[in-house]
Amino acid sequence: MRNEPTPQQIAEEKIYRTFGLNDEEYARILELMGRQPNYVETGIYSVMWSEHCSYKSSRPVLKKFPTSGPHVLQGPGENAGIIDIGDNLAVSFKIESHNHPSAIEPYQGAATGVGGIIRDVFTMGARPIALLNSLRFGSIEGDGAENVRNRYLFGNVVAGIAGYGNCIGIPTVGGEVVFDERYTHNPLVNAMCVGIMTHDEIAKGFASGVGNPVLAVGARTGRDGIHGATFASTEDPHSKERSAVQVGDPFMEKLLLEACLELIATGEVVGIQDMGAAGLTSSSSEMAARAGSGIELDMLKVPRREEGMTSYELMLSESQERMLVVMKKGREHIAEEILSKWGLEAAVIGRVTDDGMLRLKEGDETVCEINVSTLVDDAPVYHRPSARPAYLDETLAFDPAAVAVPSDLTETLHQLLRTPTIASKEYVYQQYDYMVRTSTIVRPGSDAAVVSIRGTRKALAMSTDGNGRYVYLNPRVGGQHTIAESARNLVCSGAKPLAVTDCLNYSSPEKPEIFYQFEESCAGISEACVALGTPVISGNVSLYNQTNDIDIYPTPIIGMVGLIEDTDHITTQEFKGAGHPVLLVGPQTTGAIGGSEYLKVVHGKVAGDAPALDLTVEKALQDAVLTAIQSGLVLAAHDLAEGGLAVALAESAIGGKLGATINFASGQRLDEALFGEAGSRIVIEADQANLDALERIFNENGVPFAVIGETGGDRLTIKINGEAAIDEAVEHLEATWRGAIPCLMK
Amino acid sequence: MRFAVLVFPGSNCDIDAVKAVEDVLGEPVDSVWHTETDLSQYDCVIVPGGFSYGDYLRSGAVASLSPVMGAVKEHAAAGKLVIGICNGFQILTETGLLPGVLRHNDHLQFRCEISELRVENTDTAFTNDYEKGQVIRIPIAHGEGNYFADQATIDQLKANNQIVFTYHGTNPNGSIENIAGICNEQGNVLGMMPHPERAVHELLGSADGKAMFTSIFRTWGEKHGA
Repeated sequence: MRNEPTPQQIAEEKIYRTFGLNDEEYARILELMGRQPNYVETGIYSVMWSEHCSYKSSRPVLKKFPTSGPHVLQGPGENAGIIDIGDNLAVSFKIESHNHPSAIEPYQGAATGVGGIIRDVFTMGARPIALLNSLRFGSIEGDGAENVRNRYLFGNVVAGIAGYGNCIGIPTVGGEVVFDERYTHNPLVNAMCVGIMTHDEIAKGFASGVGNPVLAVGARTGRDGIHGATFASTEDPHSKERSAVQVGDPFMEKLLLEACLELIATGEVVGIQDMGAAGLTSSSSEMAARAGSGIELDMLKVPRREEGMTSYELMLSESQERMLVVMKKGREHIAEEILSKWGLEAAVIGRVTDDGMLRLKEGDETVCEINVSTLVDDAPVYHRPSARPAYLDETLAFDPAAVAVPSDLTETLHQLLRTPTIASKEYVYQQYDYMVRTSTIVRPGSDAAVVSIRGTRKALAMSTDGNGRYVYLNPRVGGQHTIAESARNLVCSGAKPLAVTDCLNYSSPEKPEIFYQFEESCAGISEACVALGTPVISGNVSLYNQTNDIDIYPTPIIGMVGLIEDTDHITTQEFKGAGHPVLLVGPQTTGAIGGSEYLKVVHGKVAGDAPALDLTVEKALQDAVLTAIQSGLVLAAHDLAEGGLAVALAESAIGGKLGATINFASGQRLDEALFGEAGSRIVIEADQANLDALERIFNENGVPFAVIGETGGDRLTIKINGEAAIDEAVEHLEATWRGAIPCLMK
Repeated sequence: MRFAVLVFPGSNCDIDAVKAVEDVLGEPVDSVWHTETDLSQYDCVIVPGGFSYGDYLRSGAVASLSPVMGAVKEHAAAGKLVIGICNGFQILTETGLLPGVLRHNDHLQFRCEISELRVENTDTAFTNDYEKGQVIRIPIAHGEGNYFADQATIDQLKANNQIVFTYHGTNPNGSIENIAGICNEQGNVLGMMPHPERAVHELLGSADGKAMFTSIFRTWGEKHGA
């Protein structure tokens, strides 16, 4: 029945190469096994040793992340990290990429990305309460074939995220979308899930207790997604078949979610893990490796969608909505009863052993026997060569004097507000159900989303952030920026930042200059995490994001979660009322043109250094603003990001449907003062009566600030050194900002 | 007063409906699994939103065949109260408890936002705490909320004052006559696409849905002398 190459053929014809294993790796397998692996075994090694599963290029770098803290209950290494938020409550979260599948089949690629990250969180015992995402596409402006394709990818990725999240009933509360030519053939689709549980509900992926039954739970195994993990680790996903992209079934996952949480609550589950990338292979070997045990499976008992499936196919399938569960011996029936109530199957397919082997049988015949630790712990580790990219000499040589200050700065502001990266993302988030579960307090479109926790006065703030251009121009400082901006966004909402999940998207690590970007930016991330007290508790790496000769920008995406102690502290960015002072908090004159969205959009240049950032200043700023918010002194707070001060003010004005008159002195160029970018800056609106108290807090923390104007009227007027640089009706700014993306997508 | 919130495989607004009853009224409320066939102990049945059975067929079509729907029909026939919200509205039209159908939104996208509704009929058990013509802010979240019925049905709905809510300002889905919610001829079965259970706290962006729950409770109280 089976028509598979023999071990000899695999060796002689070097068939392992088509699985993504190189000659050295195959030689290492021979050494570890002491014999030639058969077809199933070769397949299992190839997926477990793929970049996607083994992190063989990135592991030495990832090890340097700070991962501990008094509030960290589970760091990296599990399906998702967990932090303590007091009151016996814990929060689990993780972000993950689905870039390569989305490049081929955007709807299903994005949908299954959402499905996968939800499983990672509920497998920890947490009830998923929020989804976020971070997306990158090529330019959607223009009529070129690539622009048309980018619009197709954008529209369908958003629809895929909506289709999955809306159906399963977990609100998609926030995220970000950036458009840049560098992502034309490599869209980035990173999805994050946040879940909540009590401490006693925490579950883990452990296969322990000799003789305990191993169950396959949820959907049956089909022939879809075979070798998905290997495919995610190749340079040109377009050369692969669409059949390697899985198809999602959110209804199935909703049933699986409810059934698994009900099952975990019985206390009879020993360990549980999602069958995600590399399906049954990775879930069984990782669960055994964590527990130091072995697993024996009878492949004939694995529920399947069609007859004639081989053990190879069953082990490598990435069919969605499946879990591997180890129950206490004799308690299998509990799983069967609960799953059956939800219309799902739970089949005993094997048992836990103590010999450290992953043993697969077809009835009495043993078809695979691999030492589990060789799959997980002995996976190759590559210390890739690193070299400073040559382009940096050119970009760092940028002289702002080479570009002229535009004559009509009001028009420049319109131009920025019209840029899809800055423009309103309402087109996107109005397709997401962001209100289901009735806990979403701050909806998409703000610096961070805020979700309340029923039965307490607490709330969680969460955001996703990244700036690939900054990282490209200065990997070290760019890495720091991603963390600093994420934390700043949470602080603006009234939260204390607690922990980080990262999704590290880069091109091929085999290119020394790309590895340099990777290594340096991760070092920057680590430095900022230490400075701001936010450890990394989970994450994912996506490499080989390149097509032809175009590398994506090095794009680490940071998902961050913070705690709001009292819902009274929740703060949003829009102006709240007329006659209130507007303050710029943080360094006043650090805004620079280099690396800015303004330089790219208005002058068509990606050049200069990453904007200035001093982590000590950043920490002081965030502490001061959070203290001010918690003291009830802040009406609105908004982080300065792409587009600088002018765009931040415009967004606060548009959100509040309220104008402002800003007037400050500056020795900077007008475009620098208005649109220059830098870290550590926040605009706040406050009551006149609270200015003294604010001044005390800022002085105590050594944070510079200035009152730069006042809210009121229906125009945004910005005067610099007494002269009006920008003067426009807020409703006109709003029309530009709100209308841009719908107009392009028509 | 006792409420039942039905739970079908794929329902996902059931918890929100339970929380709304608890928070607004503090009255007893049970989640009732779709296999239940007896609803006689309940005064009001809420058919919640979500994606029953994934809605892979026509929305609500599979759920309308669930065992519990027989009991819902008996409950309605006995003159007791039934509210279908979003997917619940779709299920009620599929069972024939309400006329008309809900088609794909005219723009073919899912739409989530807080919409403005006009209360057209305050003589129902569900709306008597609102003012006639009052404009209220209630969230919507649906892909198939485009209400349609033939002209004879529309004439009948108008003649019997069965149009309870219309969209005010922008119509988010292309529904005929801007219809957002209707009731049956007897006035004891209401279906609506917007989610009143999502508008019961100011923190959620609107508390305009509370009056629906207080209306129901007041009507029941008057009838039962409570």
